Formats: sequence, C-alpha cells, structure tokens
Amino acid sequence: MKKENFIWNAIKTGLLGGAVAIFICLIGMVEIFSKRDVIEKTITLGQFVLLATSVVAGFVASRRTLSLLGQNKPVPNLIAGLLAGLFTGILIALLVIFGNQVNLRAVFLNASPALYDLLTLKKGMGNIWVLPTAGAISGLIGAAYLLLPQILRGPINRSLLFVIFMALFSGLFRVVMINQGPGMEIAAKFLFGQSGLTLSGTIIFFIIVVAITMFWNNKGRDIQTSISRLPKNRQLSLRVLTFALIAYIALGLPLVSGPFIAQVIVTVVLFILMGLGLNITLGFAGLLDLGFVAFYAVGAYTVGLLTSYGQYGLQHIPFWVAVPIAVLVAMAFGAVLGLPVLGVRGDYLAIATLGFGEIVRLLAGSDFLAPYFGGPQGIIGIQKPCLGILGEFIKVDAPRICNGIELGKPQDIYYIAVASALLIAFVAWRLRESRLGRAWMAIREDEDVAEALGINLIQTKLLAYMLGAAFAGLGGAIFATLIGSIFATSMQLIVSINVVSLIIVGGMGSIPGVIVGAIALIGLPELLREISEFRFLLYGATLIVMMLAKPEGLWPSQATKRELHHADADNITAENLI
Amino acid sequence: MRTSLGERLLDLAVSGFLWGFRILIVAAILIGTIASIRAGKYTSEQWIDFVVFGIAQGSIYALIALGYTMVYGILRMINFAHGDIFMTGAFGAYFLATWLNSTGFIDKNPLLGLLIPILFAMLVSAGIAMLVERIAYRPLRGAPRLVPLISAIGASFFLEYAFRGFFGPGKYAYPPIKALEGSWNILGVGILKVQVIVTIAAFVMMAILYSIVMYTKMGKAMRAVSENKDTAALMGIDINRIIVSTFAIGAAMAGAAGVLFSLVYRQIDFYMGFTPGIKAFTAAVLGGIGNIPGAMVGGIVLGIFESVGPSLFLEGLGIPRPYQLKDVIAFTMLVMILLFRPSGILGERLTTKKA
Amino acid sequence: MAPILTAKKVTKRFGGLVAVNAVDFEIPEKSIVSIIGPNGAGKTTFFNCITGFGKCDEGEISFEGTPIQRLRPDQITKLGISRTYQNIRLFADMSALENILVGQHVFLNSPWFSAVLGTPKVRKEEKTALSEAQRLLNFVDLKGKGDMLARNLPYGAQRRLEIARALATKPKLLLLDEPSAGMNPRETEDLTAFIHRLRDELGITILLIEHHMRVVMGISENITVLDYGEKIAEGTPAQVQSNPRVIEAYLGRGAATEGMATAHERYTKKAG
Repeated sequence: MKKENFIWNAIKTGLLGGAVAIFICLIGMVEIFSKRDVIEKTITLGQFVLLATSVVAGFVASRRTLSLLGQNKPVPNLIAGLLAGLFTGILIALLVIFGNQVNLRAVFLNASPALYDLLTLKKGMGNIWVLPTAGAISGLIGAAYLLLPQILRGPINRSLLFVIFMALFSGLFRVVMINQGPGMEIAAKFLFGQSGLTLSGTIIFFIIVVAITMFWNNKGRDIQTSISRLPKNRQLSLRVLTFALIAYIALGLPLVSGPFIAQVIVTVVLFILMGLGLNITLGFAGLLDLGFVAFYAVGAYTVGLLTSYGQYGLQHIPFWVAVPIAVLVAMAFGAVLGLPVLGVRGDYLAIATLGFGEIVRLLAGSDFLAPYFGGPQGIIGIQKPCLGILGEFIKVDAPRICNGIELGKPQDIYYIAVASALLIAFVAWRLRESRLGRAWMAIREDEDVAEALGINLIQTKLLAYMLGAAFAGLGGAIFATLIGSIFATSMQLIVSINVVSLIIVGGMGSIPGVIVGAIALIGLPELLREISEFRFLLYGATLIVMMLAKPEGLWPSQATKRELHHADADNITAENLI
Repeated sequence: MRTSLGERLLDLAVSGFLWGFRILIVAAILIGTIASIRAGKYTSEQWIDFVVFGIAQGSIYALIALGYTMVYGILRMINFAHGDIFMTGAFGAYFLATWLNSTGFIDKNPLLGLLIPILFAMLVSAGIAMLVERIAYRPLRGAPRLVPLISAIGASFFLEYAFRGFFGPGKYAYPPIKALEGSWNILGVGILKVQVIVTIAAFVMMAILYSIVMYTKMGKAMRAVSENKDTAALMGIDINRIIVSTFAIGAAMAGAAGVLFSLVYRQIDFYMGFTPGIKAFTAAVLGGIGNIPGAMVGGIVLGIFESVGPSLFLEGLGIPRPYQLKDVIAFTMLVMILLFRPSGILGERLTTKKA
Repeated sequence: MAPILTAKKVTKRFGGLVAVNAVDFEIPEKSIVSIIGPNGAGKTTFFNCITGFGKCDEGEISFEGTPIQRLRPDQITKLGISRTYQNIRLFADMSALENILVGQHVFLNSPWFSAVLGTPKVRKEEKTALSEAQRLLNFVDLKGKGDMLARNLPYGAQRRLEIARALATKPKLLLLDEPSAGMNPRETEDLTAFIHRLRDELGITILLIEHHMRVVMGISENITVLDYGEKIAEGTPAQVQSNPRVIEAYLGRGAATEGMATAHERYTKKAG
C-alpha cells in the first residue's frame, strides 16, 4: 500500500508544481524574465524559474516519500522526484498544446504565441518533449539533493544562493569593476557577461563558495577560538578593521558606480532610514502602522513648501534648516494622529492608520488644498542642499544661487542619507537598552501585564509612534530633495507596505536585518527591471511566506498563553471584554 | 508614588482632543449642510438622485461587508484580501459576460444575462477565497492577531498583481445589459434602471444569506462557531468545514457585488478592489463587526453618506470639487467609528473567550 | 488596624452572566488574607476589579482611602498594588533581569532623550535599578539566573520570577493568584515561608487566591469564600472549615457529614 501512496503523492506534487508553473507563465513572468540571462547565453531567468519550480516539486515529493517510507531508500525517493518533475513538465506542455488549439489569449494576455515559442525553445510543437524531459531531470535533481549528506548540503545551499545573487546583480558588479581600471575590467568581463554570469564565472563562484564554506565548517571554530585567544587590543583592532572595510565600501560605492546605480543606492539607504524609524514603532513597540506614508508626506511637503522656488514655496529656507523643521512637524503630526488612535486594539489600529495615510494623500492632492499644496500638479523646484551661503532670493522661477558647494548629485545626497541613517540607528540602539525600550518590548509581549506594571500605555505607545513619524518625515524630506519634486499620487499605501515588508523580511528589531531587507526588497527591483515588473506580487508572496515561516519569531506567542487557560478570567483582556 | 502631573495633563489633552475632534466634525457637517441647503444649488430631484445612488452604492458595500463581518466574527481576523476577492468575481463575470454578449445571449435574455454572470462570479470568488484561506490563513489560525493580518495584506497584493499579470494593467469595459439602460419613472422621479436593479439584486442576496444563516443547519452551525468555537467543537461541529464555508459564502457575496459594481460603473481593472474593500470594512465596523444585519445597515448608511455628503456638507463649506474628497468622507467615518464607537451601531458579535 | 483595601458591593457582569455579585470585602493592613471558592466562582475576576483590569460595573473600591475603581491599571500600580497571575505571564523573550527591570519602570524617571544622550543621571539610575533587580533576584532565590530568558527558566523559577517582578513595583498590597499551582509539597512549604517573609520583613499586605487548602488554612488570618460570584462565608480558617455552606459549595449538598469533619480536623491540626 505504501508504495502506491508515494507514487500518487509524487504525482500530486507534480500536478501542484505544474499549476504553479502555469501560473508563472500566465502572469507573464516567464516572458519578461527571459530577457535576462542567469548564465549568459545558456539559461535565461525565465527558464531558471521554471526549472526551479520542477526542482522544488521534486524536492517536496522526495521529502514526503522520505516521511512515508522511512529513511534512506534512495530509489523510491528518486522515482518520486522524477515523477513530480515529470508531471510539472507535462502540465506546462499541456498548456502549450492547449494554447495552440484554443485562443487562450482572449482571456489571459500572456498566453501568446511568443510564450509558446519560449517554452518550446523556438522550435515549435515538435520540440514539446523538452518540457517533460527537462521537468523530469530537474525533479530528479531536487530529489537527489535530499540524498546528499548534510556536510555537502550546507555549502551547496550557500553557493547556490551566492551564485544567484551574483547573477542577478551582475550588472552592478560589472559596472563597478570596469570603472576600477583595465585589470579589473578584464576580470569583470571574464566573470560577468552582458547579462548574467558567464559560464566560467558561474563555475568559479560556485567552487569558491563551496570551498570557503567547507573550509569554514572544518576550521571555522578553530579560527574563532584562536581569535578569542588573541589579546584584547588585537581583537579590538580586528573589529575596527572590519568596520573600516565596511565603511570604505559603503562610502566609496556611489563614487564608482555611475549615476543610475548611485540613485538606486540612495533610494536603498533612504528606505533603510525609514525602516529604522518604523522599526521603533513596529519592531520595538509592536504597533502596526500602515499609515507611515502620511508622515513621509508631511516631511516631504514641509521641505517642499519651505525650500522650493516655485509658486508654492512659502519661504526660501535653506535645506539644513528646513529638514529639522520637517522632522519636528512630522513628529507633531505623529502626536496629533497618534493621540486618539493609540488606544485602539492592534488590528484596528492598523486599519485606522491606513485610513490616515489615505486621507493625507487625498487631501494633499485635492483641489481644495491646491492653493497651498499644489494639488495634482504637486510641488516642483525643490532646492538642493548647499554647503555655503545662499544667494539672494531673486525671482520666483529660479533657484537661489549657492555660494559654496551645491550638493545636487545623488552621490551627495547619499552621504546625507547615510549620516541620517547612522543617527537614527544610534538613537534606536540607545533607546532599546533604556527603560523606554524595555517598556516597548513589554507592551509588545503582553500589553496588559505591562500596564499592570505601571506603564502608561498611551503615552509610551505615543512616543514610539512619534519617533517613527519623525524619522518617516526625515526620509520624506531627503527624498523630496533628491527628486526635486513631490506629487501626492506617489504617497500611496504601497510606500508604507514597502517599509513594513522591509522590517518583516529583515527581522523585526534588528538593524542589519533592515539593511538586508532594504537591499532585497528595494535594491533588487530597482536594479532589475524584470523583477520590478513583479515587485508587488513578490512583496505579497514574501509577506505570506514570512508569516508562515516565522510568525512566532516575530511576535511572542500570546496564543500559546491563551491555549493554556481554562475558565480563566484573567485572560479576559480589555479587548476580549464584550 | 502617584500619577505625575505631566501624565495627568496628557490624559486631559487626550480627552480634550477627542472631544474637540467630535465637536469639530459635527460642527463642520452642520454648517456645511445649512449652507448647502441655503444656497439651493441642487434641486430636490438631484438630491433624490444622490440618495438613490447612495443606496445602490451602499448595497454593494453591504454585500462586500458581509464577508468581512462573518470572517471577523468567527476568526477575529480582518480579511484584508476580501476586497480583491470582489475584484476576482468581477473579472470572472466580465469574461463570461463578454462571451455571452458576443452571441447576443444577453440581449435576448436579460434576466439570465444578469444571473448567469453573477453565479459564475460567485463561483470564481468562492474558489479563490478558499484557495487563499488554505494557503495564507489556515496555517496561522492560532497566531497573534497581527500575523494573519499581515499575511492577508500579502495575499491582497498577491491577488491584485497576479490579476494584473494575467489581464494587464488596463481597464476593461463591462458589457452593459441593454435592458437596463435608461430610467424608470417612480413616483414622478426618474431613477436609473441600473441602480434599481442593482439595489434589488443586492437585497435579494442579503435576504438569501440571512435565511441561510438563520434557518439552515449550516447557518446555525456558523452562528454557533461564531459564539463560541470550543463549545461548538464539543457539539460535534466540524470547525474547519464551517470556517471554509464562511469564507466561501462571504466571497460569493463579494463576487456578486463585483458584478453589480461593474454594471453601475461599467469598468473593471485589477486595482478596483482596494478602495471598495476598505469602505466595506468601514461599513462592517459601522454596523457592528460580526453582526450580519449590522453589515447591511452599515453599508447603506455609508453609501448614502458618501453620495450625499460632498454636495450636502462639503460644498457648503466652500470646498471646490468636493467629489474628490468623497473617499475622505469614507475614511474619516472609518477613523471616527474606530475611535468613538468601535462596537458599531448595532453592536459587535464576536467569539467570546470566557467559557 | 485600619483596612488597607475596602471593597463595597463590587459587581461585574459579562453580558448576561454576573461574575461577581455585590461583594463586600476588607483587608486589614499588613495581614495575609485569602479568597477561596470553587472554579468559576469569580475570584480572579474580583482580582481584576481591584487591579483595574476590566472595570467593575458597580461598587466602590478604595485603597488607603483613595477610590480606585475608575483608575487605570498603571495608576493603581503607582498607588501601591501589584499582582501575579494564575497562568504565569512573564515576558517570555526577555531575560529574568529585564523582566524585573520592567517592574521598576515607575521608579526610573529620566526622559527618553536623556537615555539617548546617555547623561550621568540616566546611567546612575540604570545602575541603581540593576543592582536593585539583582537584589530582588537573590531575594527569590534566583541568584545567577539573571541573564536567562524567562521562557527557559523551570516552572518554579518562573513563578518566583513573577513574584520578584511584582515586588519591583514596591507594592504595599500584593495580590497572588494561585501562587502554589504546580508546586510539590516542599516548594509549597518554601512558598508559605516566603509569603510570611514578605509580610514580616517588607511589611506588604498579601491577598491570596488559592486552591491548595493546606496553604490557605496554614497561612491566612482571614478567609473569604466566594461561590457563583457571591460571598458565602468569611472568617478565620477554623470558622470557614466548619461552615456548612462552604462544604456544600465545594462538595455538594449532603457533604457536611462526619467523614468530612474528620478530614477538616486533620487540616486544622497540620495548620497549627
């Protein structure tokens, strides 16, 4: 009986994989991803995604077989993987066959001849056998992976991730390296193709990372112990050295990467900045603020109104004065919006703050407030920061002349952004270790008990909310200066969701996490046009996956506590009271 | 130690602020209304137009709100993706209706031309909702409240942009039903046929839902689970099945609402579910979350306020192009309800925790 | 001695259910008193009314002369009432020391920006707080476990930590909700001695909810019995033990038999 079970299981997994693959085709991912290579001229990103689906199907099927049949019978596992991959491929083939008979395009835009061409490698229906075969082989690989000994799996995992990372960011690395000089240029062209990695590059990276990981697994601990045995000042100097290295790269990067990439990097840093701000509200205090964009807007509009030279610029105030004002205004806004709303329970708070964000956006772009905020046309002509003295305010349509250095390029704004981010990180770090930080954590863990220990909930939450607002305002202010103009239509919910996702993906409350989150969620789509197309789709999927994978890690388990109660009145919190 | 002076001042500030806010809103509404009526810019016919449109719009919101309220009543979870379920129904119906239209079916059988797309929309929505429940919500049933909410937000984006991927970013024109063009003369007032039919259809669906919940075995089981999940389980009710059915029925209502919405507004696009979704949630809270008649009442009230509001009080306050701020009215109502009367007009009905 | 807490006609309803019905109650200062009663009798709800957790619908409660029935929980704590919970509600992902430090929140008064700047005042405050937390840790026999995550502590240690955290607020009245739940006889004896210390050394008035009769009878100067939200008896342990209504409430009608009287004698002898 069990033998039948595992086969049926594998087939089911394959069908599921096939459905996922068809979904990926129909949303247009395959077509768009095919424009970029992972390994130059060998595998496109589109093909990679489909192959990955089969590999995963094979892996899942194999794992289920493992749990059905017990350990270490390699043959059934491989068969399961093969079957799963095979069926994934069959379903894709069916899509092509069906699509050639029926005009699917009337409904699904992407079910086009172009897609079918891609799927059959441009050789038409005769080539359809490729799909099930490729599927079967990938499924087999997925299953085989499970059979690898543990020592090999770790390094291979890391390598794969690293190689994919390099492949995706190959454009960035190539440009940066070419800019370094002729020697680097040769290396760059050897490792990175026009799009994606070269075949040799792939192999080299893969082997290097496997080697390093295996080496570290073997010798890593020894190295760590020998480091900890070094005298304290040596350890300190090692740390300082690492920081210096990171700082060097961070500070030097925009100078070598060209204007487009510099712009991307600034954007990433600004989102890190806002992420650190929201981290205080959400990561420390556990308040899901979906209206974060409202404070971003306040900061942006304040700077816009104060510094722009167009008709809406109220005053012509230098950047360095305008930005702190923007931060204070945003903070005040945070107080005003937060006071009424922070007594409300968690999920309602999320929706209420979302409402605020929308209200701010609608009001800012309305004709009603157009005389003050520019209406749908927004505000343009925001003055760039000037290290020096600003010249006379001459006339309405021109910027004031900067008698000094004008920091107009993205690279310049980058340094301002980095400095601000460091400031916020410092503030956050200090607060976390303080009485306030503990109070926030207590509120997040168990609000009622926190209150019973003497913490004034509304005031403590308000501080978190206001600080988040202040830093959102800072982000908005710098962004406005970077872009030079603001439009109410860009103050959408999606900005709030962006920042929330950053924090969730990176791990709440963790500063390096916010950085990783920003690079992944903001940097990647900006650099890769193809991913940009599916950015929000991937955000959505990421949020779901993060919640499924680590919900308890993000919030402590109130649920487990509830499960423990019987007729327990003390678990009737104020929320549950009717 | 006693509460510090600073804290007491802040407490006073909070209450003062809340009171001031209430007074401000009420004053704004009164002043605006009086000014509008004095200015006499709109005839009584136009006012009736606004109200009727508000009722039609509101009944659509009510249909969507039912889904929110039922799911919250059982699972204490805001199904953020519900508005997008509404959108999926509209799309499903669109393709079927377009095909039917091309064969002339709809012109010959207007009633069926209305009902069949609705049924199909209900199926599509229910199906997708059950899929979302299975993938994004079921594994998170025990988790703290914000976790399923974030998952729901993820699901919402996923649905929106998946549909954008499938069908493109553009707007599609929903095929109108010829029989519904024009207006009827009711009591001397000309009212658009579409609006009447939409309102009637919505009420019929709500009545059906109400009977299901009140009189069928499953409905009773749903109410039991809504009251007290643990006891219901002890009575032999399959909690899982009930939860899935709740999602499915709520989604079906939303799908039907999608068709009705398309008939009124004639256009659909992948993002159409976002704002109606939030408004429907507002309606659900307005009427009392977890309370099914409440969702219906809340929807109608919201619809009327939204439709009449801009001309009634915003214009009186001297706001140019008040219709731009139509959504602001809805969002402000949302915030006010959450602040001042979170239990809604008819009161909450939630799963109790105490045995 | 003047009562430190007076409750008059305290009533709490949940929808149609009356959980606490017009209960009158007094706690003499620096005494150890208990509330007992069958499950669902409303004991914890009554606790909640006192601590401000869910306001009582009717009635008055005053603490040291100040009416507290309309106050928020944090305000009540600042007046000097603290509690522990039936199901341990520690901050699981914070360390033992951090849990206690949260309890000291009301005594650390520097504003947040001082914390950012790291002024000497803040640093001194934190240092004092930390040593006080250590002291409390030692007081409850958890010396050296300060950096362990609360979720990783064994059950008995968690209970003691919760008490330490409650003590950090420097209460005058401490409410303990089933503190001996899950403890073995040895631990229970230690607990009883500990409660005595709290009163004798620190001058704290103790109000206990307990099911463990040995603890109750042995430690309480006064016992109040609740059943279905109503006070059905009050008095010294001896008086309560022999009260037929109490026996009935716990054991059902007709349980006031010879057999039960013998069992109660045994209890009285142990409690001494």
